[in-house]
Amino acid sequence: MIRLDNISKVYARGARPALDDISVEIERGDFVFLVGSSGSGKSTFLKLILREERPTSGEVHVAGRDLNRLSSWRVPRLRREIGAVFQDFRLLPNKTVFDNVAFALEVIGKKRHHIQSMVPETLELVGLAGKEKRFPHELSGGEQQRVAIARAVVNHPPILLCDEPTGNLDPGTSIGIMRLLDRINRTGTTVLMATHDDEIVDQMRKRVIELKGGQLIRDQDRGVYGVEQS
Amino acid sequence: MRLRFIFGEVFSGLRRNGTMALSVVLVTFVSLTFVGAAALTQMQVDKLKGDWYDKVEVSVFLCPDNSSKIQCASGRATTAQENAIKAVLDDGAVAPLVETVEYESRDEMIENLHARDTNNQFSALTADDGQASFRVKLTDPTQFEVVADAIQGLDGVEEVQDQREIFSGLFSLLNAATLVAAGLAAIMLLAAVLLITTTIRLSALSRRRETNIMRMVGASRGLIQLPFMLEGAVAATLGALMAITGLWFSVRYLVEDWLSQSVTFVDYIGGADVLIVGPWLLVVAIGLAIVASLATLGRYTRA
Repeated sequence: MIRLDNISKVYARGARPALDDISVEIERGDFVFLVGSSGSGKSTFLKLILREERPTSGEVHVAGRDLNRLSSWRVPRLRREIGAVFQDFRLLPNKTVFDNVAFALEVIGKKRHHIQSMVPETLELVGLAGKEKRFPHELSGGEQQRVAIARAVVNHPPILLCDEPTGNLDPGTSIGIMRLLDRINRTGTTVLMATHDDEIVDQMRKRVIELKGGQLIRDQDRGVYGVEQS
Repeated sequence: MRLRFIFGEVFSGLRRNGTMALSVVLVTFVSLTFVGAAALTQMQVDKLKGDWYDKVEVSVFLCPDNSSKIQCASGRATTAQENAIKAVLDDGAVAPLVETVEYESRDEMIENLHARDTNNQFSALTADDGQASFRVKLTDPTQFEVVADAIQGLDGVEEVQDQREIFSGLFSLLNAATLVAAGLAAIMLLAAVLLITTTIRLSALSRRRETNIMRMVGASRGLIQLPFMLEGAVAATLGALMAITGLWFSVRYLVEDWLSQSVTFVDYIGGADVLIVGPWLLVVAIGLAIVASLATLGRYTRA
């Protein structure tokens, strides 16, 4: 589903590479944690998949597309297959919960009746049924992140990228969000989640990819956050 | 759905950036008024040229008695000389350029003068003071030089005069006015482009949150950029419509009602001419908005 072959990314000439010869393959339906300290290259990793950035060398394949050969006018089509969730939610403050989720469908030209049926269904999935008419500022952090997740998955993308989705949330709320992401993963969506949250990684026991200084130092099935002792 | 979305965005953008949009409208209004005024002045010049050049003639003045000119040292033009000149005009090399030739004798000239002279200022003049001339109408008034060259050196010719010269002063004044209007128009158009650019930039920055989300969920670049482009285009079009309305009223009341009543011997441009210029002003306005959009949007709403 996502394959990086010998990827390097150098932002400024002569600078230390943000990613240094990384090769990773993520299968359809995987749930993968991407861990590492700040500046380890996690964000660059996600940006390459979204084609916000292009690699200095190496190939990126996402959902059957070679991103080096993808012309820029096809990038929107790629992004429709990738849902994205961020630490800061990125909701529109002047739109209701329903409208925030519907916005994602409107701007890719979905029909009205389609939106009318898909949005409530998705809000039900993320546990926000009954809160359609609320505005983001009337919701708790966890609820706002659920809206963001609903917006990311409402078009049923095969891939969901999460960049520190629990970074702004307390541990209790984070667990709820992780349950939701796990449920979405069980429907067949490939989930790639960059995080700092060791408790969550340790609890979930999913595949862990660890970056350090732009290098891949660990790729482990059913891993934990820190390198296991002994 | 998409159309509704785009127009909703355009409307909310214009409302949010109300003052900026208003300034774009006003600057385009002023700049296009100058463009339109320049165009209309030129149309007036063309109209006058077409009108007057049809009527103007080349006058070949023949030597009178007591001329001070060297070429008339031998005295008044003789009938033989007059016939020679007429022969050149009628059958010479320049004949194809000549439409009609009229001869005005000394007597006729003085009679005509007396007829116009209501105050009897010139009543003392007699046929002996008159000057015979040929009034030559050319098929193409711009070919004056060719005809003048052929006639100038002939015996008995005192002077060849092109009546177009009488108008050249007026035309250079109108041409200068056109240049001034066009110059001001160019500066104002530049101001309009810069202002539209700034407006679009501000609008794009204030809606970065929306456009980032649109990018993220895979909205096409066209859908992201179109509302901003249309915003500029709508404001510029409003300015153009105001300019057209302003020009129309100016021509209607200043030229048609006032000028043509007070100075009656010329043909004036009218409201219909404004309607010919109008569509071009709209094209210029929309062109401005497109240029400004292309210059701005690439940077502020990347794919």
